[in-house]
Order: sequence, then C-alpha cells, then structure tokens
Amino acid sequence: MIGLSDYLIVAAALFSLGVIGLFLNRKNVITILMCIELMLLAVNINFVAFSHYLNDLGGQIFVFFVLTVAASEVAVGLAILVAFYRTRRSIEVEDINTLQG
Amino acid sequence: MLETAFFNLFAGLSILSGMGVVLARNTMHSVMFLIFCFFNAAGLFFMLDAEFIGIIMILIYVGAVMVLFMFVVMMLEVNQARLREGFLQYLPLGGMIAIILIIEFVAAAQSGVFTEGIKATAVHLGQQVNNTAEIGQVLYTRYLLGFEIAAVILLVALVGAIVLTLRARKDAKYQNISAQVHVRKEDRLRKVRM
Amino acid sequence: MTLNTTELLAIPALPLIASLVVGMFGWALKEKLSHTITSASVIVSALLSAHIFMQVLDGASFYGNFWTWMLSDSFVVPVGMMIDRLTAIMMLTVTVVSACVHIYTIGYMHGDPGYTRFFSYISGFTFSMLVLVMGNNFFTLFFGWEAVGLVSYLLIGFWFKRESANYAALKAFIVNRVGDFGFAVGILAIWYYFGTIDYREVFAQVETFVARGDVLHFMGWEISAITFICLALFVGAMGKSGQVPLHVWLPDSMEGPTPISALIHAATMVTAGVFMVARCSPMFEFSETALAAVVLVGAITAWMCATIGLVQNDIKRVIAYSTCSQLGYMFVACGVSAYSAGIFHLMTHAYFKALLFLAAGSVIHAVMAEQDIRRMGQLRKYMPVTWVTMLIAALALSGVPPFAGFWSKDLIIEATMAREFTEYGWVGTFGSFAVLTAVFMTAFYTFRMFFLTFHNSDRVPAETKSHLHESPKVITVPLVLLAIGALGSGIWGVMVLDIANPEIAAGYFGDAIFVLDAHNPLMALAEESHDHAWYHFLFTAPFWLAIGGIGLATLMYLRETAMPARMAEAFRPLYTFLLHKWYWDELYERIFLRPAQCLGNWLWQKGDLAMIDRGVIHGGIVDSIRAGAARMRDMQTGMVFHYAFAMVIGVFGFLTYLLLKA
Repeated sequence: MIGLSDYLIVAAALFSLGVIGLFLNRKNVITILMCIELMLLAVNINFVAFSHYLNDLGGQIFVFFVLTVAASEVAVGLAILVAFYRTRRSIEVEDINTLQG
Repeated sequence: MLETAFFNLFAGLSILSGMGVVLARNTMHSVMFLIFCFFNAAGLFFMLDAEFIGIIMILIYVGAVMVLFMFVVMMLEVNQARLREGFLQYLPLGGMIAIILIIEFVAAAQSGVFTEGIKATAVHLGQQVNNTAEIGQVLYTRYLLGFEIAAVILLVALVGAIVLTLRARKDAKYQNISAQVHVRKEDRLRKVRM
Repeated sequence: MTLNTTELLAIPALPLIASLVVGMFGWALKEKLSHTITSASVIVSALLSAHIFMQVLDGASFYGNFWTWMLSDSFVVPVGMMIDRLTAIMMLTVTVVSACVHIYTIGYMHGDPGYTRFFSYISGFTFSMLVLVMGNNFFTLFFGWEAVGLVSYLLIGFWFKRESANYAALKAFIVNRVGDFGFAVGILAIWYYFGTIDYREVFAQVETFVARGDVLHFMGWEISAITFICLALFVGAMGKSGQVPLHVWLPDSMEGPTPISALIHAATMVTAGVFMVARCSPMFEFSETALAAVVLVGAITAWMCATIGLVQNDIKRVIAYSTCSQLGYMFVACGVSAYSAGIFHLMTHAYFKALLFLAAGSVIHAVMAEQDIRRMGQLRKYMPVTWVTMLIAALALSGVPPFAGFWSKDLIIEATMAREFTEYGWVGTFGSFAVLTAVFMTAFYTFRMFFLTFHNSDRVPAETKSHLHESPKVITVPLVLLAIGALGSGIWGVMVLDIANPEIAAGYFGDAIFVLDAHNPLMALAEESHDHAWYHFLFTAPFWLAIGGIGLATLMYLRETAMPARMAEAFRPLYTFLLHKWYWDELYERIFLRPAQCLGNWLWQKGDLAMIDRGVIHGGIVDSIRAGAARMRDMQTGMVFHYAFAMVIGVFGFLTYLLLKA
C-alpha cells in the first residue's frame, strides 16, 4: 500500500527539482517563477498527504490559501516583469538589481 | 495493487515533467512541462481523496496561471540563448545541493518524525463523503477570516497587476468628452467684418 | 408599573449623539447649527426627564439590563438602568440645569474659537452624568464617574493656551485619581465579598453579610469588611466632591469657562459623591464608623472652606469655596443618616449655585473678563436682571426663608443636632458646631461678595466702564429660569414632594433610600416637636445666624466701608492664613510635589542621561545594533539567487534539526 512517506518522497523530489531550477536558470525570471511554482506544488502535495493521513481537512484548506497566494504572486510577478521588459528590453536577473541600493 | 500502479504512474510522470521544466531549452517547453506536472499532481490529489483541490489545481493552475505564463512568454521576445548562459556552469553546485537536499528529505520522511498520530494506511472514504461540501463546511466557519483575507489579497493582486501593466500611450488620440461639452461659441467663432 | 425603555434610553442617548455629531462635524456645522443641535437634544432630554419624574411620582419604576459590557467567568458587567425616586430627582436636576447652561453658553461663549468643541464637551458631560445616575450597577456608576472626570479635565483646560488652565486641569485630574483609586478599591471589594456588582443584589445581601461579620486585617489594623468598603467608596466621593483633604482641585477648576463652573463644578458632577453615598445608604447604614467619618470630613470641609471663602477676592473662587462648603453640608447630612436631606440640599443647591455662577459669569462678561471683586462695585444700575437673580441666589445660599436653601439647610442642621452617635459622640458635637458656625460665615461671605460686586463704591476701571451693559437675552433668560428654581424648589420639595418626611419610606424617596430606624435623626426630630408651625423657623438658631451674617456684611460693606481693611490689619496673621487657603497647596507642594520632582530629576539624571544615553545601554545596545546593521546591510544584494540560496540553507537547517531530534 501507499504510505505517507511515499508522497513525502515525491514532494521532496519535486521540491529539489525546483531548487535545482533556481540555481541553473539564474538568468531567466520566468523559469525562476516556474521553479517556485514547482516548489509550491511540492508543498501542496505534502499538505494534502498529511491532511489525508491525519484525517484533518485543515491541510486542504491551507492548500487553498497557498493557491491563492501563489496565483497573486504570479499575477503581480509577471506584471512587474512585463513592466520591466518595457523599460529594459530584457528579463535577465542580473539587470534586475537596481533595488539593492 | 491498482492504486500502487496509479501512484507510480502519477508520481513518476510528475517527477519527469518536473525535470523537464528545469532542463528544457525553450521556455515554452518548460511551461508545457509544468502544465503536465500539474495534471499528474492533480492525479495524486485524487488518490488522496482531495477531489476539490485536485479540480482546483487543474482549473486554476492550468486554466489561468499557466495560460498567463504562456502569454507572457509569447509576448516578450527574449534571447533564449543568452538566458541559458552559465547553465552548465552551475550544474555541479545546484546538483550537489539538490542531492543533499533530497537525501535529507527522504531520510526525514522515513525516519518517522512525521508519523506521529498518523494512520499507516488511511481508508478511502469513497462516495459517501463529499469532499467539496466538507471543505465548504470548514472554510466558511473556522477559516472564514483567512478566506476573506485571501479574497482581499486576490483583489489587491488583481488591481496591482493592472496598475503595473497599464500604460497610456502618449500619442494616442483620445476623445476628451468634457472638453467637447464645455466648448463655448466664443472659443471657436470669430466674427469678421467684411 | 414600568417605564418606557425607549424613553429611558433616549435621555442619555440624545446628548451623546449630539455631542458626537458636533464634536466630529463641528467644523462643517458652524456655530449656529452646533448649538442648536446640542441645546435641542438636552432640552428634549430635560422634558423627557420631567415626564419620567411625573411617572415615578405616580409610583412607576424601572429595573433592567440592556446588554452585557464585560464577561469574564463569573464576573459579569451588564449595562442597565435602575430608575427609582432617587434617580428621577437627580435626572431632573441634571438635565434642567444642563439645559439652562446650554442656552446660557450660546451667549457667553459667543465668538470663542472653540465654540463647537465646547458644546460637544458639555453635551458629552450631560450624557456621562446621566449614565452615572441612571446605571443599575457599580460599574456603570464607575464608567459615568470616570467619564465626568474626563470631561471635567477637558473643560477646565478648555482654554489650553493658558498655562494656568493646563495646570488646573492636571491638578483636578491627578487629585481625582487619588479618590478614584479608593473608589475602584471599594467596588472591587464589593465584588470580592458579594460576588456581584448589581445594586439590588448587593443591597439585598448586606444584612446577612454584616451579620456574618467578616473582618479585614490591614497593616495591623482590624477593620470590619463593611466599614472598609464604605470608607473606600467614600474616598472616591471625597475626590469627586472636593472634600478635605482632596478639595484642592475644586477652587482651581475655576480656570475653566464659567458655564462649566456652574454645571460641572457646582451643580452636578461634584455632587456625584453625595449621590453615591445616598445610593449606597443600605451599606453605609450598617457601619457607624464610616458614617462618623463621613460626618467628620463633611463638617471639616463645610467649616474650613467657609472660613477661606470669607477673605477671597476672586468672585468665582468665593463661590467655589462656598460650593466645597455646601458639599460638606450634604455629606454631613448623609453621615447623620439624613440622606433625604442631603439629596434635597443637592437639588436646591444645584439651582441656586448654578444661578450664582451664571450670574457671576454675566458680571464677568460685562466687566471684560475681570474676576476680582475689588475692581467691581456699583454694578447694580448697569445690570438689573443680573442683580435681582443674584440676590435671590445669595439669599437662597444664606438660608433665608422662603428661598430654596433655607428648607434644605435647616433640615440638615436640625438633623445633625438630633443625631446621636453611640460610639463617636464627639463627631456629632463637632458636626453640629461646624454646620452652625458655617451658616453664619456662609451668609457673611455671600453678601460680602454680593455687596462688593453690585454696591459699595464704584471701583470699575475707566476703560471698561464704557462697555458696561446688561447681558443679552440668551444669558438672562437662563438666569431667570434658574431663579425660579432657587426661589421655589425648597417649598416645592417640602410641600409637594414631602421630601422631609421623617418616615423616609412614607415620604418622597420611598424605598430608594434605606435608613435604620435606630438612628434616623429626622424621626428623633419629629418626636421632639410634634407641631411644626410655619413660623417655627423664627425660633431656630440657623435662621438668626444667617440674618446675623447678612447683617454683619451689610455693616462692613455697605455702611462702614473702611472697617474690613482695619480688621484685616488687626488680625493680620489670621487674615493671611485664610487668604492662603490654610496653606494646603503649599503643604502638598512640600509633601508630594517636591519629593516627586527630586525623584524625577534623579531618575532623569542618573537613569536616563547617565545610564541610557551615555552609559551601558548606549554602548552595549545602540552601538552594537548600529555595527550589526552595517554588516547586515551587505547581505541585501538584490539578487534573487542569493535569497533562494538562503532559503535552501534554512531548509537544510530545519531538516537536520528534525533528523537529529528523531
């Protein structure tokens, strides 16, 4: 039978893939955003798995909230990207460092 | 038995497509891989009796968020080659970190730290329980405040995204209705004695 | 018969709403709309109160809770009302005087930059005072108590650009804090012992509680619980009602505008203490010690403040000390168990003292904000209406029949002389002596002030002379209204309300006031003289003492005008002693202010400057934070990659911790 740890391992793999993605695609903001989505997906799998095995709906509710925040993040993040692209004609991360002051 | 097979299928495909997201040369392919990954994750959710979340995953993530990604990727013409510069340079470091990370995760998952109070194999409740109704029961009572805050956050994100991207073109020819209405005869007409 | 709930709620609600509206939107409403809203709401409140009063006279009452204010385990604080005859008479007095003051203020404060603010405050005050008297438990009483204190603070410091007004406001607030601390202790003690703060439930338990005889040990003293509760509550009353030794704030509160002195610091707020003692009569009755303390404090205040009033030169201060002194009378009345006489005097005093203040305000208004009676005189011919109304008020205060003050004060004095304390005989003797001699002094200083203002020689400076005129209608009409009260409220109380009935339960108050038959002085009085004829007053000492006081004032300030100066010279030490108000302020400065200032200075120099700004704290904390921040600033590279890396490290750390724990 499938136990909790199986789901946790799948989630761990996805999370690690997300982390690798962050390191490998250091220049492409879109891919970085997608990697973050991947990591959030891993977290969501953990939440749902715990929710199922603990028989507690709270986990699924939290997935719901994570989804909300992730959707907002993507919307705002991409909007910033578009605005940035208009002024710089580029989406390279190295160029997005004017905030460091 | 069937359950194990499906689990292996969904889990394997989602990990494979996750790798695709990270490694694909073309950003568009990455987006497609991510969509596929979400489908498989939704399958895992169904197996965990979380139908509502699974459906939401497909509808919202695939239907809205990933489409947004696609639009942005298509809208911005970016130099793909330049973006992949230094890809291999960081592979050893990233790979090492990821391997250590996954080893720790797996060790943690199997060490039993998380198994406190957990049923070894949860029973599938099948059709007698309506997952959506149950989530609604909890969401609108215990988590009402969080729910409302989430709604406000979405609204703020919506407005924020529009404000960030909205750009009035300087050379656009708009109709200034108020100026049109307020026009007076004296501004336009000049009596000329002939 | 129960009263209409909506009507009862409307009485405090109307002034509250008006106060909030004017307070928040006064800038938009402008002067006219502001004073219309507030005055109208208070007048409607007064009419409703009169209606309630009539119904209560017919035997109606109300008791009920509206909602829960606080809830913590068994500690429940409801918001509710208890309307009985004691409440009804207080409501009527408060709203009527407040309505008169509202109208008067329209004329008096005209053109002041804080006009709308002032109306917002006094309406808010009316609300607070109504909550204070109408509540049905000790916490609503406390709420009203603190709220009137707050409004009083705001209004004393109304002219906040004057330094003296700010100091006076602070003084009032701080001195009241001392009293309120005692009051809070009293209320908490009630909750501790009775398990409830509801008037009815507490009063119902008192008898069994006293029979149980709980005893409190405090620093080697042994004191019965009921005495402790009553004394603690009385400390609150002392603060609010300006009794010795917490009286120092009341004369200083005259820094506020005159309508405030009339409404808050004469007619209503300062009498809250008397009301509270009368309300708690079922508790005070069972503690002879507390009653004796009430008599003692009241008598000392009545006597001492009267002596100070003899020599003061500020017209408002004379009246302020007279207020303290009259409040002393009311407490003496409560202390000798003649609560009905105390409340009766409270009512009559509210009318004639408010009138006295408003008339004084009219005078001050006319002579260009001059308050020194040495620079007035012969104003009678300029301001006839003010002269007449002030004369009525002065006669009422002196206790000349048939004016209001006579009836209530006479009752108090006779009750004081009739009451016999079993344990504290000397207190009774002292009380009788104090109230009798104070009658003489009251009459004297009232007419001294009156003659110096309106008669005597003309000492008005030439430049203000051209401005002298009678005040406008908005000022004189309230004066006339209050003069009717000062004239008739005494007779009305005795004849119509039967307030002086020795059998309290059979008289006006019914079951609102509780007196043990054993020490009901009015009863003893009734037994002494069965036939009280109308000319009875001719044979009593207070009447002749009052006449004597007026006579002496006439002699000194109308006939032999050189005499006062000669007497002041002859008794120079006594005169300075009285002029400096028995040196209370100087005493407090020595005992409390200077040590507090020294301590503050020491803490500032050693603690703040030496230790924090230059010493350990600065070197240890501020510098290291600054250095640390400089280092941390470099960590903010602005590179997403770095942040992700930090996050991953965090995940590592957390997982490792989990694994090590397992």
